[in-house]
Amino acid sequence: MLKIENLHARVEGKEILKGLSLTVNPGEVHAIMGPNGAGKSTLGNVLAGRDGYEVTAGSVSFDGVDLLALEPEERAAAGVFLAFQYPVEIPGVNNTYFLRAALNTQRKQRGEPELDSMQFLRLVREKLKVMRISDELLHRAVNEGFSGGEKKRNEIFQMAVLEPKLAILDETDSGLDIDALKQVAQGVNAQRSPQRAFLMITHYQRLLDYIEPDFVHVLADGRIVESGDKTLALKLEEQGYAWVAEHGEPAGAKA
Amino acid sequence: MSQPAPSPFVAALLDAPLPASGIGWLDAARRENLEAFAAAGLPDTRVETWKYTALRALAQRRFAAGDAQADARDVDLSAFALPGTDGPELVFVNGAFRADLSRLRDLPAGLSLQPLSLSLRQDAEPLRFALAGRYREAGDAFARLNAALAADGVVLRVAAGARIAQPVRLLFIGAPAEADLAWHARNVVELGEGAELALVEQHASSGEQGHLGTLVGDIVLREGAKLRHAVLQDAAEGGTLVRRNSLHLAARAQAAVHVLELGGALVRHELQAELGGDGSRLDMRGVFALRGRQHVDTQLAIRHQALGTASDSVWRGVADQRARGVFRGAIVVAAGADGSDASLANKNLLLSGQAEIDTKPELEIYADEVKAAHGATVGQLDERSLFYLRSRGIPQVQARSMLTSAFCRSVFDDLPDETLREHLFAMLSRRLPA
Repeated sequence: MLKIENLHARVEGKEILKGLSLTVNPGEVHAIMGPNGAGKSTLGNVLAGRDGYEVTAGSVSFDGVDLLALEPEERAAAGVFLAFQYPVEIPGVNNTYFLRAALNTQRKQRGEPELDSMQFLRLVREKLKVMRISDELLHRAVNEGFSGGEKKRNEIFQMAVLEPKLAILDETDSGLDIDALKQVAQGVNAQRSPQRAFLMITHYQRLLDYIEPDFVHVLADGRIVESGDKTLALKLEEQGYAWVAEHGEPAGAKA
Repeated sequence: MSQPAPSPFVAALLDAPLPASGIGWLDAARRENLEAFAAAGLPDTRVETWKYTALRALAQRRFAAGDAQADARDVDLSAFALPGTDGPELVFVNGAFRADLSRLRDLPAGLSLQPLSLSLRQDAEPLRFALAGRYREAGDAFARLNAALAADGVVLRVAAGARIAQPVRLLFIGAPAEADLAWHARNVVELGEGAELALVEQHASSGEQGHLGTLVGDIVLREGAKLRHAVLQDAAEGGTLVRRNSLHLAARAQAAVHVLELGGALVRHELQAELGGDGSRLDMRGVFALRGRQHVDTQLAIRHQALGTASDSVWRGVADQRARGVFRGAIVVAAGADGSDASLANKNLLLSGQAEIDTKPELEIYADEVKAAHGATVGQLDERSLFYLRSRGIPQVQARSMLTSAFCRSVFDDLPDETLREHLFAMLSRRLPA
């Protein structure tokens, strides 16, 4: 589904990703871990198509298509979803209106019929139940005045409505207390399916207690230096990222 | 000392005869205002209030005086329908009153509404205070012109204590003509003690033309009166429109003004308010959304003159392509206006590298225990918000439009008339880049 090969990317003239390779298949959950500054968030932003991230070498193919050649909205329509580390507050844009516009423009780009307001409402009700989000949030402006936990749950709720093929969760656990973390994890787990893949970018092992990954990769200095199963995360938790630095040559992803 | 030759603009207007009323004081005022206009001409950018609006190109243009065929112009009113306003209305086409298009029958009790031309014929004396004035400031060229040449307009009075339920609409339509015309409207509005009124002032166009319109409105609110005044300006793309509305608020009077400026090539809007009575209150909200080579200049001048007065003004501007917006918000809290509260905020959005917005908040305080806040910004669409919307599948053009629309709409959120609010939103959406 996703095949990243030898990806190099620069931000503001500084090389952050230095030859990252990773393959993700449908149904798999991958965790990308690493110390601050390793390039974790850069990876998410490059995949979603944010301005200011310059790819200097390498390739990313998604379902056989050159992902890097697509505009952000085209990537979304192709099935890529980024749950933001810092969801943006957008005063004046109603949450429901926004989400319906998003879903319908995606459907339109894919040549599917748009949902009318009744159909959309039915879909939203169904997803709200799973996410345990109060529908009061829907009537507010996008993320405006939301607590940290509400913002992160809103990201996962959007994911539930948009039903992407590949969901990238960028530090979704950061800033959450344990209850909020459990709710978010429950929302993610509810959406795991044989067709959907997840890329979880996280600094801490904590999230992986609640969302069990199939693969764990360690990102350091712009490359994946170690890949393994979930026990790798535990090892990191015990020994810290210093262990990675001492740990030999960069390795390609083994997934 | 030799006088420079008058510009084509001034010369053409001086060619036309003054409207003759047969009323001594009025004809004298008209003559003197015209002489003052002829002597000073149009202001240049050295006049502080005209600093960002150059009139050099306008000075080279010639406008014919009024429209002799105004009565025969075919105008489809349904194009300017405002949902929710089927109450009294006065319609002017190229400055001329059109009885056939207006709705003046069965006026509610306490409301008197008629064209100025009729009021002058019936009983001019009550209008003397409003119409006998001389304009002496360097920036007053258009007010002088209007005072000299306006033969018609609106006279609206609400009796003390009367609450007029239905909004009253004043509709000024520019219609295509054989030449570019100059028309002038003079409005006199008075709300008696405790009276209440909702007034919609609408400027529209029934086809492309490059007319010049001037409007001067004097709006007086007696003690405890309440006015809601909405201004919808969607004039012709090539039009020039210069308006001045002066509000006078007596004790405990309240005015809420909502302004949407969309049309016109060159537009100047002066809103002057005098909070003259203790505890009077003024709330103003405005949006201008510009594109092409439009130039729209909004000038707010608010004077707090009495104890415990309050004013709150929020303005937002959007300029796309090569458009130019100008905003000046001047607040004076005069000596003796202790305990007053004045706030003014102006935020602007530039949608293109060639667009420009100049904003200047000014605050002068001569009283004690005054709460005052003012600020102005000019910026661009937030890249983070734009990426957020796009990352959810919303194409760039639509995402920009959503953010721009949200930026403007929030200003009208407090408009109590929901139908009017939705109509403003719809007009705005049609105007913004889609």
